[in-house]
Amino acid sequence: MAAAVPDIAVPHDVRPNFARALRDGAITAAIAFALLLPLIGFKTVQNMRNELELETRFPLLLTIVAIITAARFFGLLVIEPWRERRALHPPAPNATLTAAKSAFANWFTPFAIGFVAVYPILVMLLVPQGALKWIDNFGIQILIYVMLGWGLNIVVGLAGLLDLGYVAFYAVGAYSYSLLAKEFGLSFWILLPLAGCLSAFWGILLGFPVLRLRGDYLAIVTLAFGEIIRLILINWVSFTGGYAGISGIPRPTVFGIPFNANEDGFAATFGLEFSPIHRTLFLYYVILALAMVTAYVTIRLRQLPVGRAWEALREDEIACRSLGINTTSTKLTAFAMGAMFAGFAGSFFAARQGFISPESFTFLESATILSIVVLGGMGSMIGVAVAAVAMIGGTEIMRELDFLKYIFGADFDPTQYRMLLFGFAMVLIMIWKPRGLVGTREPSAFLRERRTILGSFVKEGHG
Amino acid sequence: MNAAKAPVLRVEHLTMRFGGLVAIDDLSFSAARGDITALIGPNGAGKTTVFNCITGFYKPTEGRIALAHGDGAIWDEVETLTDRGTRSLARGSDALFLLERMPDYLVTQQARVARTFQNIRLFSGMTVFENMLVAQHNMLMVASGYTFLGVFAPHIYGRHEKTAVEKAEHWLEKTHLIDRADDPAGDLPYGAQRRLEIARAMCTDPVLLCLDEPAAGLNPRESQQLNELLLSIRQDHATSILLIEHDMSVVMQISDHVVVLDYGVKISDGTSEAVRNDQKVIAAYLGVEDEEVAKVEAEVGL
Repeated sequence: MAAAVPDIAVPHDVRPNFARALRDGAITAAIAFALLLPLIGFKTVQNMRNELELETRFPLLLTIVAIITAARFFGLLVIEPWRERRALHPPAPNATLTAAKSAFANWFTPFAIGFVAVYPILVMLLVPQGALKWIDNFGIQILIYVMLGWGLNIVVGLAGLLDLGYVAFYAVGAYSYSLLAKEFGLSFWILLPLAGCLSAFWGILLGFPVLRLRGDYLAIVTLAFGEIIRLILINWVSFTGGYAGISGIPRPTVFGIPFNANEDGFAATFGLEFSPIHRTLFLYYVILALAMVTAYVTIRLRQLPVGRAWEALREDEIACRSLGINTTSTKLTAFAMGAMFAGFAGSFFAARQGFISPESFTFLESATILSIVVLGGMGSMIGVAVAAVAMIGGTEIMRELDFLKYIFGADFDPTQYRMLLFGFAMVLIMIWKPRGLVGTREPSAFLRERRTILGSFVKEGHG
Repeated sequence: MNAAKAPVLRVEHLTMRFGGLVAIDDLSFSAARGDITALIGPNGAGKTTVFNCITGFYKPTEGRIALAHGDGAIWDEVETLTDRGTRSLARGSDALFLLERMPDYLVTQQARVARTFQNIRLFSGMTVFENMLVAQHNMLMVASGYTFLGVFAPHIYGRHEKTAVEKAEHWLEKTHLIDRADDPAGDLPYGAQRRLEIARAMCTDPVLLCLDEPAAGLNPRESQQLNELLLSIRQDHATSILLIEHDMSVVMQISDHVVVLDYGVKISDGTSEAVRNDQKVIAAYLGVEDEEVAKVEAEVGL
């Protein structure tokens, strides 16, 4: 390819400019040295007599400055000319690459569903010792967030209503299940739909005051709503147990058969040897089924008038009203549907943990779920699922980075860097894909052929 | 009242004040059934405000805006309805609506008044075809059993959806957009977006179609196509048209009746021929007092 391009076609400044790289590298080195000298070069330590002493760390300082300078030098000498050359002569679309991409797009969803279905079995075969941890911390935990992401996706991604208090509905679901199960001894399977209905009811209650609000104002009120619910949970001690939370929440049963070592337990009934993994497997498949129901209902709703009205609302509310769409009920159904799925997830969460407290329903949770939706690409089911795996699985897997201790020494604690790395990853992804992992929109209906819509045409709603 | 040309819409003593500003002052006019009525006037005359009052986006300060379905016999009931304080009144297949009492979405849903916007408002991230389906929301919502039937018994809903698809196809063919049905609406050229907005409005089965400057930004050929489209809507459908327009080639060629506004006051009302020769209209467009019209006309060589 490069040989075919005559030398004359390449402007002079595209060639690596050694002098400029050297000069810029020197400047970078000077700036880095000046900045990092006080930050890294010196360190204050307390000696035995409680006095502060200044310690120098020049070798470390010089190493870091050398790395920065080398990166700048390399960037100017190699990467920049390469990028400019690429901009001048964009590579022809590679047929095999395009084919591979479309094959990937076609086969990703069935493969992912299949993988998720057999994941616990794979884990048990591959790591029999740590299977419980892998199914629980990764499988169940991620699936809860996938479900929450899909629920919030209805409100934020489809209807375009920025909701920063989504965790409130998750809390309503969790507390509904816990309190009703403990007070009335009702089973998980009765309370699951009930908790969903109660959450949906609270979704509508939140919906009413925010009907006229848009953008930042909507976000602030929903944020406040989330905090109100949390503060009620903390302060209404006689009802919710306050900070102490609720413990001893009944665990789910297989239609009345509990998971314990007793004679009427699951293992004994089916003639198996008792193992705690039975319950984990059961919970895994319950949350998988719940998530699949969420996905199915959302996909169906998008093809029905109500879902199309949500998307139309995100695109242009005034046009919606001019076409006779009742925007009030459209917004309320979006809030109610989103809240209902959070309620399901919440009651599952309570049943799985056996203990809940307001600590689990802080604003950070809302922010995590919202970033899953934004990172995944607003409105895209696959994108949201992948983002949930990356965000929740990513933070979990960073607890497992023990090998870094061999590189940075025994004092190094990789979990401490979890959030830093995480923030970096998010910034990088948002630079690389500003509209999320899946930046395109799949039309809900087509006349002749299905064509994907570029993200630049799709509006982001009021938020 | 002439039975053959009974009004479909009657605007009476309409006044709209924004604080101290009187945007429309005691405006009365009517639009006859099956006619194309044009509302014209210089910039800032209050034309779009009239539209917003008719379509329920603004609540008028004073006045009555009544719309009739059917052949117009029901107009006798208009005082009864006004005194009764309700929004609408039905007698057999005819119905009468007081639009100033209705919220915007009901004006379209029940009174069946559709509108387009001066600055095009399409669902740009949805395909052309999806835009047409959103316009049939209310019909499809009932067909989908308010969603429940649609989720649990998709095949029943599918049959109803088919009629919606057929209607969408009909209008897309009529507006020459059928080849771009699966492209995002935001990707269409300007003229096509204008046509799509009209097609989308027609999907709501309107009795009265309100078009806010449909020819703005169109080239002469596109304007001509628009004229043909509007004439065919008037001919083939039971839809009357109310039109705001600056493009006189459109107004004079197709309107049956022209109402001229200036500073919120009606200054002329009649056939396009009569309005064209009205001294007041010429004065308003040239921006001079009535007495000076002859002088100014002589100066500009009219």
